[in-house]
Amino acid sequence: MRYLKYILIIFLLNQSNVNALIEVDITRGNLNPLPIAVSSLSIEKTSNEELQKILKKKNIGAEISKVVENNLLTSGLFNPLNKDAFLQKPDIAHLKPRFEDWSLIKAQALITGKVIYENEKLRVEFRLWDVLAGKEMMALAFTTVPTNWRRVGHIITDKVYERLTGEKGYFDTRIIYVSEKGPKTKRIKKLAIMDQDGFNIKYLTLGNELVLTPRFNPTNQMVTYLSYFRNLPRVYLLDIETGIQEVVGDFPGMTFAPRFSPNGKKIIMSFAMDGNSDIYTMDLENRVVERITNHPSIDTSPSYSPDGKYICFNSDRSGYQQIYVMKSDGTKVKRISFGKGLYGTPVWSPRGDLIAFTKLHKGKFYIGVMRTDGSGERLLTENFYQEAPSWSPNGRVLIFYRETKSDSEGKGFSAKLWSIDLTGYNERLVDTETDASDPSWSSLLSN
Amino acid sequence: MGRNIIISSGFHLVVIFITALSLPFLAKKPIDLPPIVSVELIQITDKTNIPFAPKAKKIIDKIKKKEEEKLTSEQAPPKKVKKEKPDSVPLPDENIEKVKKIEEKKQNPEKLDEEVKQVSEFEKKELFDPNNIAALIDKSKEEFSETDKKTDKITQSQNKDLSNVGLTLNEEDALKAQIFGCWSIPLGLPYNDNLLVRIKLQLKQDGTVVKTEILDHARMNKPGQGFYKVLAESALRAIKMCQPLRVPTEGYERWKELQLNFDAKEMLEG
Repeated sequence: MRYLKYILIIFLLNQSNVNALIEVDITRGNLNPLPIAVSSLSIEKTSNEELQKILKKKNIGAEISKVVENNLLTSGLFNPLNKDAFLQKPDIAHLKPRFEDWSLIKAQALITGKVIYENEKLRVEFRLWDVLAGKEMMALAFTTVPTNWRRVGHIITDKVYERLTGEKGYFDTRIIYVSEKGPKTKRIKKLAIMDQDGFNIKYLTLGNELVLTPRFNPTNQMVTYLSYFRNLPRVYLLDIETGIQEVVGDFPGMTFAPRFSPNGKKIIMSFAMDGNSDIYTMDLENRVVERITNHPSIDTSPSYSPDGKYICFNSDRSGYQQIYVMKSDGTKVKRISFGKGLYGTPVWSPRGDLIAFTKLHKGKFYIGVMRTDGSGERLLTENFYQEAPSWSPNGRVLIFYRETKSDSEGKGFSAKLWSIDLTGYNERLVDTETDASDPSWSSLLSN
Repeated sequence: MGRNIIISSGFHLVVIFITALSLPFLAKKPIDLPPIVSVELIQITDKTNIPFAPKAKKIIDKIKKKEEEKLTSEQAPPKKVKKEKPDSVPLPDENIEKVKKIEEKKQNPEKLDEEVKQVSEFEKKELFDPNNIAALIDKSKEEFSETDKKTDKITQSQNKDLSNVGLTLNEEDALKAQIFGCWSIPLGLPYNDNLLVRIKLQLKQDGTVVKTEILDHARMNKPGQGFYKVLAESALRAIKMCQPLRVPTEGYERWKELQLNFDAKEMLEG
């Protein structure tokens, strides 16, 4: 038997030599956005009439498809094709697309769908088709209250994005930020929250106190932020659903730059006293406070790695403000930024592979990323003033804010939210009703 | 014990025998030697091409000289030419004498010795029919094209011999360049992972794809390898978009089955 085994092996080896295939290595491709056709979601007449009364929208199927189309476009990875070029009607395409028609307009993927109103609920079906292969890639249905129709659009986009790119989407998410109004010298700042595409804006505070640096809890709808209530800067905790807020810890000085731990059970922040600033954590369950750094320099802007084992922060212990990484217990502190200029606001990517930062060099501000050991620094965008990057939950896009110059009277000043993806090419203004700063991206609302 | 040794040696012999039969270099017939002929033919083309121009120039010079002489010696030469036509070949003795006379007239007889030997037929004609130079050139062209045809045949025969060697660099580059343009790389892939998708293709002679087969198909359904499915689908889309593929016009047997190795790592790592 043993010999037979050898004989077989020798045969197989020889066989493979004789039938050697010609191999061609394809190591390059294009990074152009994928052409995708987003057909309007079809809707029956009776359902449409009922939904018109509730939502005051002429055709909710078309509206949902617009949400999907806009999301795909802003991602920079897809090129939604003009609907005027579509040859097939939405209802027929949803049953069985004529792939020749769709490939004729150069679509590589197609989204079709159907909206039904039944039992006072909105039911949305959608299908994703591979036009070139001529097959269905995915089919899902959602049922929700009609007012959630925009979220349905975001969830559809997340599913399509994940199926076509291989990573989770970031569309069914919200962004919390500081809404700003008035001249620079007399700004009214409120906490505001909106969908990632700028819709459904809600204000969470009245604007009586100065608020700064709101940060989402990665696991639920809690927010931590800095508020100057009675002119004492303190870190607060706010439950978005209930509106209840509370002070985090009873520190005898100023606390600032708060951020949640990846499991949402701790808050890490800076505490300043007698001109020195160090990093502390507070357990939200038992309120135990722990000091993480103990150094006469200014240590601030702490951010956990997604596994919670490390913390990155910025410190001027070397004489200039630079980025450092340490273990979550404060040991093994290691400087990772060595480029020219000052580095600040480091934020660990949810993917764990990169750290985003703000850099000031020769009077210009940059948003950039580097690997967690400090190598591979890439500056994504440059401007007069910009800072505070925050990662999308999939670690592909950064949102930050940018300010414009003002004259001596504070006129001409504006602050806007911008997003940029890791390629550095897809930079976009995020629409907000008012001026905005200090954005923070939530995790996915639906998983 | 003895029986075991016999069985063992028996099996060894079987193994050696089967190996000898199935090893490719032994199984293959000895390489045909016709390509050696090709080397000879290539030499012919070299000689017929390169020395042609100087020879022609010399011949023309000679003819010009002769024409000058002829002008002085009136109309005699044309008659001679008629006599010297291949159809009416003069007696060998006379012919040799004439060639000798010509050689004596040449300025550099040593250098031209070889040429005379090689192209004696040309020179005879040229010497005797100065108006026929164009025809000679044409003839040489014909010969050259003949050698070309012959060399073509040789390359084909070489191709047959090299049927399992692979595509030439040009052929491979053309195919790569085409697929590079069609392949939209999904950007969400984890670039620390293995991002190689191997696809086997069966092709028609015009480059259209008859069948595609993902060689690591089992990986598509492995947990934690969802990105592999996305990558494989993008590669399949690229192949479909690129159809018909830019394949060589010859040697279908060589490339009727191809394996494309799509690797996104280089692009994603930037």
